[in-house]
Amino acid sequence: MLMIGTGNKAVALAVRDAKPVVVAAYPITPQTEIVEEIANYVTDGSMDARYIPVESEHSSMAACIGAAATGVRTFTATSSHGLVYMCEMLHMSAGARLPIVMANANRALGPGWNIGAEQSDSLSMRDTGWLQCYVSTAQEAYDTAFMAFRIAEHESVLLPVMINLDGFLLTHITQPFETVDPEGFLPPTNTPHAIDINHPGGYGTLTKGTEHFRFRWDIERGMRDSVAVIQEVEEAFAGRYGRRYDMVEEYRCEDAEVVIIAMGTLGKEMEVAVDILREEGVRAGSIRIRWFRPFPAIDLAGREVVVIDRDYSFGFGGVLANELRAKCGCRPFSVIAGLGGQEVTYDDIASFVRIRTEGGEHWFGVDA
Amino acid sequence: MAIPDEEYILKTTSACAGCPSSLILRYVTKAAGPDTVLVIPACCTSVIQGVYPTTAMNIPVYNVAFASAAAVGSGMSEAFRACGKKTNVICYAGDGGTVDIGIQALSGALERGNDFLYVCYDNEAYSNTGMQRSGATPFAARTTTTPAGKQDLKKDLDAIVAAHNPVYQATACAAYPVDLYNKVVKALSMPGPKFMHVLAPCPPGWRFPSEETIEMGKLAVKSGMWVLWERDHGKLAITGASKAAMVKRIPVADYLTRQGRFKGITEEQIAEIQAAIDRSIGCLQKEVESEC
Repeated sequence: MLMIGTGNKAVALAVRDAKPVVVAAYPITPQTEIVEEIANYVTDGSMDARYIPVESEHSSMAACIGAAATGVRTFTATSSHGLVYMCEMLHMSAGARLPIVMANANRALGPGWNIGAEQSDSLSMRDTGWLQCYVSTAQEAYDTAFMAFRIAEHESVLLPVMINLDGFLLTHITQPFETVDPEGFLPPTNTPHAIDINHPGGYGTLTKGTEHFRFRWDIERGMRDSVAVIQEVEEAFAGRYGRRYDMVEEYRCEDAEVVIIAMGTLGKEMEVAVDILREEGVRAGSIRIRWFRPFPAIDLAGREVVVIDRDYSFGFGGVLANELRAKCGCRPFSVIAGLGGQEVTYDDIASFVRIRTEGGEHWFGVDA
Repeated sequence: MAIPDEEYILKTTSACAGCPSSLILRYVTKAAGPDTVLVIPACCTSVIQGVYPTTAMNIPVYNVAFASAAAVGSGMSEAFRACGKKTNVICYAGDGGTVDIGIQALSGALERGNDFLYVCYDNEAYSNTGMQRSGATPFAARTTTTPAGKQDLKKDLDAIVAAHNPVYQATACAAYPVDLYNKVVKALSMPGPKFMHVLAPCPPGWRFPSEETIEMGKLAVKSGMWVLWERDHGKLAITGASKAAMVKRIPVADYLTRQGRFKGITEEQIAEIQAAIDRSIGCLQKEVESEC
């Protein structure tokens, strides 16, 4: 069905269509519309779920853990301070191998208070064992949030999935998007280690080093295996609904000599910058990274790279730039832009490409 | 009420000798029966239940982060109820995990009315980490972080919980297992949030011989330092051995001086504690007699 709505609304509708049994959530700007919408669906009966209005984000993830431990589908949504407040529970949920799905509205962290878009919140949760996807349109938010349940609950994965959408730039921008007929796309939740009264056992008991080590490796194996599962689910989605996704989205990359790499809404905006640069005779292309965890394999050999980070790892550099340096062996021109919702236009992005230096770093709006 | 023979906490746990917490857990689980899941935050019971891949528990036990027990319990309970299951969800937490780091999650779950039982076994310190002060440590007690004796009063957890109007609230003590058992059975017969606060005299923490756990619990009740009561839908009733203690009590000095943690307590401090007991018993008596 064709809808007109915000990125938040798209996520809420995807969750409605995925039919979770328990939703536990705490409101925070700019995620609030997601939990308000879901509360409305539960109240008007269009969604048959238990909605737990918890008293904090730490408890929203805790309640999802308790529910998912019984083997039911669960969802929550948060943003910024809420996400980092539940950090401990992110580790606990991934460690417990619970396929919880969460939407995160990317927003800056204080102080000072700033509700603008920034990806420092989710990227600082990089090592919790959660899969992370960054979306760029309301359509992609709907489709990815819907697919996320099948990916998370896949027997080879059994890890939680975080769908990230830029605060306001996507959460609050109204766009047209299509919902799907969900019937039959998501198999019933089947958590092999769900609590079973008839087979009592200890979950998360004291664990010695050797076993702990093995459990960590199991998480890494699930993360590695998730690449094939993501591609399988996205292929199945394309086959049934006609919209195709991948680990990354490339734009005019075939003959590109310089590629711009970013995540989220900047990753869409830069396609216009590529067109502008092409008209100037620059053989530019762009790669929008969708799945940040697991990190995709990208071949950047022989190309100049410009990376835009809407985040920063203090004392080291832009997080995405660092990942690409480590994983792809490139020496990108690293641009830090858009922090705290700073406006970054396609003209700005084109200018980043023009001033690029191999291995350089540029703070947009700070550096001359 | 006959206490069943079935055991859900098996022998050979890793509990200390004379452990009241495993004793309380034994009667809580006997009262709850096999269709029960325990949710346990970091506390002594994290250790008592054994080391992976073995367990001393004969019911599912879900171990969770320190501050999260009540929230995990509410999510678990909602999921079971959504699936039409009546499985008991019991959070079993120490005093640190309840009165300090876990109180926000507890408050939220009580207020939301989720169907679960929260049992706080109170050994009045962070015993699992070696006896550091908690909000539940009583006045004048020495811990490793109050080497001169605690200068502040024990946090009134029961008053905090009562302010949430749970359907059922009770105290109990490891030394009175029948009273404890009956209260757990009663609590689990009601839908909604239930709370129990159980005194757990801890031999290594309170510094008394391990064969005196029961004796120490009885002295706490007989002196009025700990009162057995229940609030059924808000209505207070004194139960068991505390009925006699409402009228006639042994001096609290008989309780305090038996424990190494109160070594060096002054006569003035003892008098202060005695006066506080007499005052609070008086308040409880007035509440029992009142119409509200």
